[in-house]
Amino acid sequence: MADKMELRDVEVWDGNMAASQAMRQVQIDVVAAYPITPSTPIVENYGNYLANGYVDGEFVMVESEHAAMSGCIGASAAGGRVATATSSQGFALMVETLYQASGMRLPIVLNVVNRALAAPLNVNGDHSDMYLGRDSGWIQLDAYNPQQAYDLNFIAFRVAEDHEVRLPCMVHQDGFLTSHTAQGVKTLDDDTAYNFVGEFKPMNDMLDLDHPVTHGVQTEEDWHFEHKARQHNDLMTKVFPKIEAAFDAFEKLTGRRYNIVETYNTEGADAVVVCMGTSVETAIEVAKELRADGKKVGVIGIRVIRPWPHAQIAEALKGIKAIGALDRSSPNGTFGMLYNELAGTVVNSGESKVLTNYVYGLGGRDLTKVHLREIYAELLANAEAGKPTTPLQQLIGVRGPKISFH
Amino acid sequence: MSEMKKIKNLKEFSTSADRFEGANLLCPGCAHSIIVREVLNATNDDLILAASTGCLEVCTAVYPYTSWDASWIHIGFENGSTAVAGAEAMYKALKRKGRLKQPDREPKFVAFGGDGASYDIGFQWISGCFERGHNMMYVVLDNEVYANTGGQRSSSTPIGASTTTAPAGRVSYGEKMNKKDMLAIMAAHGSPYVAQVAPNKWKDMVKKIQHGLATEGPVFINAMSACTTEWKFLPEDTIAISDLATDSLVFPLYEIIDGRKLNITYRPKNVIPVKDYLGAQGRFKHLFKPENKHVLDEWQARVDRDWEYLQRREEAGV
Repeated sequence: MADKMELRDVEVWDGNMAASQAMRQVQIDVVAAYPITPSTPIVENYGNYLANGYVDGEFVMVESEHAAMSGCIGASAAGGRVATATSSQGFALMVETLYQASGMRLPIVLNVVNRALAAPLNVNGDHSDMYLGRDSGWIQLDAYNPQQAYDLNFIAFRVAEDHEVRLPCMVHQDGFLTSHTAQGVKTLDDDTAYNFVGEFKPMNDMLDLDHPVTHGVQTEEDWHFEHKARQHNDLMTKVFPKIEAAFDAFEKLTGRRYNIVETYNTEGADAVVVCMGTSVETAIEVAKELRADGKKVGVIGIRVIRPWPHAQIAEALKGIKAIGALDRSSPNGTFGMLYNELAGTVVNSGESKVLTNYVYGLGGRDLTKVHLREIYAELLANAEAGKPTTPLQQLIGVRGPKISFH
Repeated sequence: MSEMKKIKNLKEFSTSADRFEGANLLCPGCAHSIIVREVLNATNDDLILAASTGCLEVCTAVYPYTSWDASWIHIGFENGSTAVAGAEAMYKALKRKGRLKQPDREPKFVAFGGDGASYDIGFQWISGCFERGHNMMYVVLDNEVYANTGGQRSSSTPIGASTTTAPAGRVSYGEKMNKKDMLAIMAAHGSPYVAQVAPNKWKDMVKKIQHGLATEGPVFINAMSACTTEWKFLPEDTIAISDLATDSLVFPLYEIIDGRKLNITYRPKNVIPVKDYLGAQGRFKHLFKPENKHVLDEWQARVDRDWEYLQRREEAGV
C-alpha cells in the first residue's frame, strides 16, 4: 500500500509537478517512461514518489519513447491503469504506437509537454508535437496553466477508462511556459483525488487467465474499415457526453468549471481570437484591456482538441464577425490546423464571417500583448469591412521582411 | 514454481492439447508452427504471449479468428518483447496490490519474433527488456530472411544465400555478410539462460524451454525455422532440412548459462559436409557453380572454426 502524501490546500507547483502529483494520486499500476525535455521532471518526480513509498505500482524506465508506449500498451492490455509522459522528438518517436494504442482501444493517459520539432533542434514550447498527434485516434485535452494540468489529468483517466469510451487520452501543457512556471495550484487530498477517478475496471484483460484474449489482430480490406469506423464513431459520439459529465462532477467537487470550448468576453463580441495553451491567458488579458476601451473583442480557448468540438465552437462563434485563428506550429505549406478546422466549422454556419490565420510563437518565441493588440486591431477592421483587410495568413513575431500569404 | 510437464514420447507430445491451434494460415511445411507447438506443449504453465509483426502474427490472428488459446498480443514489428514486458510489469503491480483475478496462478511471459523483428528492427527493444531483467522468454523464429514480405535479406541471412534484396546474379553470389551472432550478444547482456534450438531435436527443445521457463529473468531462445518458401525446398522436407542443419553443425545446439557457461547439447554421430546442407536448398543453388567454389570452401572452414570455438569454450567451463 502506497503512503499518502499530505498536501497543502494550495501548493506552489509548476505544470510538471502538477501532472506528476495527479499521476501519483490516481495510483497508476504501470508507468513505462523515457525522459525528454521539458517533460523530464514528470518522470523524475514520479521516480521520487516511488523511491519514497508514495507509489506502489511498477515504474519501468525503458530505453526509448517508442518502447515507453509499447510497454504501456502491453501493460494496459494486461489490465490496469497506465500512463506516461513525453514531449517533441519523443512524441514523434512514439507516433507509430499512438495509433496502435488507440486502435487497440486501450485507455492510456499521456501527458504531453508541448515542444517544437526539429530541425532545427529546439527544446522550447510550441504546438508541433500536439498537432502531430491529432489524427492518432486519441482524445486530446489542453491545459493553459499548472492548475489545469493537474485537474485535466483526473478528467483524462475518468473519461479514457470509461467502458463506453476505452480510448487513450493526452493532456497537453505548454513546454516551459506551463511545465516550468510555478504557480499556486489548489490541490485535492489523496483520497478525494483517487475516488474521483475510481478503481480501475479491467476489460478484455490478458491477465484474466480463465478468459484468454487476442489483442492486436490483422484486418485487411474485409474488416479494417469497420474497426476504424467504430473508433471514429465513438470519438465523435461517446466522448463529449463523458467529458461533459466529468467536468460537471469535477465542478461539484472543486468549484472549478471546465468547458469543452472556453469562452471569454465573447458575448456581443465582433472579433475573437481562437487559440490554445498559455496564449489563451495572454489573450484574455489583452481582451479585457480592449473591452475597457470599448472594443468588442473576446477569446475562445480550445479545451478539447480531439474530438474536434465542431458544434460547441459553432455555437460559441454565433454572431462573431471576425475570427483570428492562432496556430503555434509551422503549417509547412498550407494554413494552420486551427484555421482549417475552424474554416470547416464556420463555412456552414449560415453567417458571414471573416477568418484569418496567424502563425506565431514557433520554438518558444513569445507571443506578446503588443502582438495581440495588433491582431485584434486587424480583426476589428475585418469585422467592420466584412471582408479580409489583411492577407489570410500572416507570420507574426518573426525577423526579416513580413511573411504573409493569400 | 509449477511442476514441470512430463513428456514421455513424441506421439504423446505431438497430440497433447494445443494452445496453438492448427487452424492458421502458415505455409504447409512451415517450421514456425512446429516450433510454437513445441514451445507451448512443453509446459502446463499459464502463458501470456506476444508476437511481433511477421509470418506468425499475420497467419494466426486474422480477425475475426485467432489461433491462440492463451492471451496473446501483437503491437508492431519491433516491440513484441516490450509488449510482453509491459504485461509482466502489470502482473507484478497487480500481484503486489492484491488485484490478480487468479492470485494463486503464476503465468509465464513469452514473446515470439522473426529474425527481422529480433536481429534487426526490434533489437533495441529486446536489449532494453534484457537489461531491465523482465521475467520473460523471448523466442526468435529464425528463418534467416524477411519471409513475410517476400524474402528480403536480414542480418540473420547467412553468406551466399540469394534473397530478393541481395540476389545472386551474374556478378554476385548473393549475401555478402555473415549471420549476426545473436546468442553471443544476448549472453553478453548477462541473461541467465540463452539457448539455440531446432524443431527436429524436440527433446532438446523441450528440455531447454522447460529450463528457460523455470529460470528467473529474461531468457533468450534462438530457434532455427526452416522456411520452405524462401529457402526453397519441398514442404515435406522441413524436418529433413533441419536434420541437415544440425548434423552439418551449420546450426549447432548449445546453451549459455549466466552469460558464461556454455554447454553443447547435441553432438552429431556423423557430421555431414556443409555442402550437403547447402545443396538441399534453392537459395544456395548458385554456390555450386565453379566460380563460387570459394564461398563453399569458406562456409565449411567457418563452420569448422565455430564448432572448434564452441567445444573449447565448453571445455574451459567459463
